Amino acid sequence: MVEKITLNLITCRSIQQGVGMEAGKTSKKYFDACSIIEMHEDDMKNLGILKNTNVRVTSATGSVVVKAVTTRQELVPGLAHIPMGPWANRIVSAYTYSTGEPCFKGFPVEVEPAPSEQILSAVDVVKDACGLLKK
Amino acid sequence: MPKVVTDVTCPFCGTLCDDLEITVSDDNKKILSVKNACAIGAEKFNHTKEPGRVTHPRMRQPDGTFKEISYDEAIDFTARMLVKSRKTLMYGWASTSCQAMSIGHEIAEKVGGIVDNCATVCHGSSLIAIQDVGIPSCTLGEIKNRADRVIFWGCNPAHAHPRHMSRYSIFPRGFFTVKGHKGRKIYCVDCRHTDTARVADTFIQVQQGYDYELLNAFRTAARGGPLPDEIGGVPKEKVYEVVEELKTGRFGVIFFGMGLTHTLGRNHNIDIAISFTRDMNEFTKFNIIAMRGHWNVTGSGQVLSWQYGFPYAVDLSRLDKARYQTGETTSVDLLTRNEVEACFYIATDPGAHFPIAAMISSSKKPTVTIDPHINCTTEISDVHIPVAMVGVETGGCAYRMDNVPIETRKVVDPPEGLLTDEEVLTRILNRVNQLMEEA
Ligand code: SF4
Repeated sequence: MVEKITLNLITCRSIQQGVGMEAGKTSKKYFDACSIIEMHEDDMKNLGILKNTNVRVTSATGSVVVKAVTTRQELVPGLAHIPMGPWANRIVSAYTYSTGEPCFKGFPVEVEPAPSEQILSAVDVVKDACGLLKK
Repeated sequence: MPKVVTDVTCPFCGTLCDDLEITVSDDNKKILSVKNACAIGAEKFNHTKEPGRVTHPRMRQPDGTFKEISYDEAIDFTARMLVKSRKTLMYGWASTSCQAMSIGHEIAEKVGGIVDNCATVCHGSSLIAIQDVGIPSCTLGEIKNRADRVIFWGCNPAHAHPRHMSRYSIFPRGFFTVKGHKGRKIYCVDCRHTDTARVADTFIQVQQGYDYELLNAFRTAARGGPLPDEIGGVPKEKVYEVVEELKTGRFGVIFFGMGLTHTLGRNHNIDIAISFTRDMNEFTKFNIIAMRGHWNVTGSGQVLSWQYGFPYAVDLSRLDKARYQTGETTSVDLLTRNEVEACFYIATDPGAHFPIAAMISSSKKPTVTIDPHINCTTEISDVHIPVAMVGVETGGCAYRMDNVPIETRKVVDPPEGLLTDEEVLTRILNRVNQLMEEA
């Protein structure tokens, strides 16, 4: 067991994310669909966490708290997925290699257990970064 | 008596299904049921029933709360912002009609805006590649009627375009594809074993970020050249086997998505996928189609292209000519380099979909967002102008992912008093003209 692990992160659409988006960005459906990180079971074991534990995910760009889950869209160990949305985008680099296209897939992140930390709502996770969240 | 509206177009994804049947109450106010749509499409129509819809423009107050204002006040605020700013980012457009776009472009020409659409963070890489090497493509109708070799590369229609497979690419029986699924061979190339991989006959698991290498190997194999034992985690025997199977087909197609456009290599991944498609035409008929995401992102590319010659990131700030240079006039780069003076968002939510550095920059500028719903962007904007949902509460033209134009329909009335995108934009344009004449 280790305190944190380094994983390769991708961000993609999921049907739940799509449904959630149409239900509304402030809906529970959207929150449940997007404020998660899908991990391989081996990586969870390695980190000593159970499914549905909150974790802190940190990249060179930033850091965000999401819930670790497993998925039936199998990942290989070492690969993790956060559905596209404001949580994922807290840690996506804006560097575009002059293509206009940010680095949404394939960047290293550190994942550590954060069972006592809270997941911010979709709007708050953006406001927080912009310094607009009233504490 | 409730009535049934048939042949309704779904305004969610680039599949642009046009066979929905929607039952509405006799007063034309409420959607009672939705037939034929996938889970996402159904949610879009059903959402109109939910309470809590914003029906008045709102202005953010110093304490962070929002105050209702009139359309006139909101339009005046927007016009003044646009006239004052020397360089305004006018981003979005993928979820509105082509008619609304062309009004927006007229505003951009007047005030010197930069018009960019969601392709900028989606299939922008594909558009760059298409400009570089062209694209041998076809329509989805041809796929349905002819395709017997179908490759999904770095895309996951089971999640992102749920009815694509049943309407066009895997299951339907067509003129030359009378056996439907049985007569087709389906391949999926992805770094995850996605739900699309589950319905494929052959799943090729590529190591994340090695798509370019693997496509290069496909090209080499097609020409009968030698390969190393393993490419991006895929054994060479597999590559040779798949390429031979593809050659025996009568009509092949590659559908590709964000797995190629978002990973390292970006436009080069698409470039080589197109080149492979071209190579395959030595042996059989082969095509390639981008799995465009938003229902009318293709339309925005179309309208911009015929008006200015470029499909996105069109900089009109020089007033007399249009410029386009990815990395320079693309939204994320403009924002992270702090190069715009105001932001105007329409029918989109960059707050949810742009990297946070871009939104931090955006939040420091005067911002107006036009969108039917509250989202991550409206809540950090100075003014939010709610509008009718295009394709649900008002009609307009849209382009499917294969560049086929399809008319969307009005199914129900919008909540009372709500204006459409076209009406709001026309009023902004008129106000801009007035202000500029006065000045
Ligand atoms: S596949 Fe796309 S266009 Fe068709 S119903 Fe689903 S979301 Fe709508």
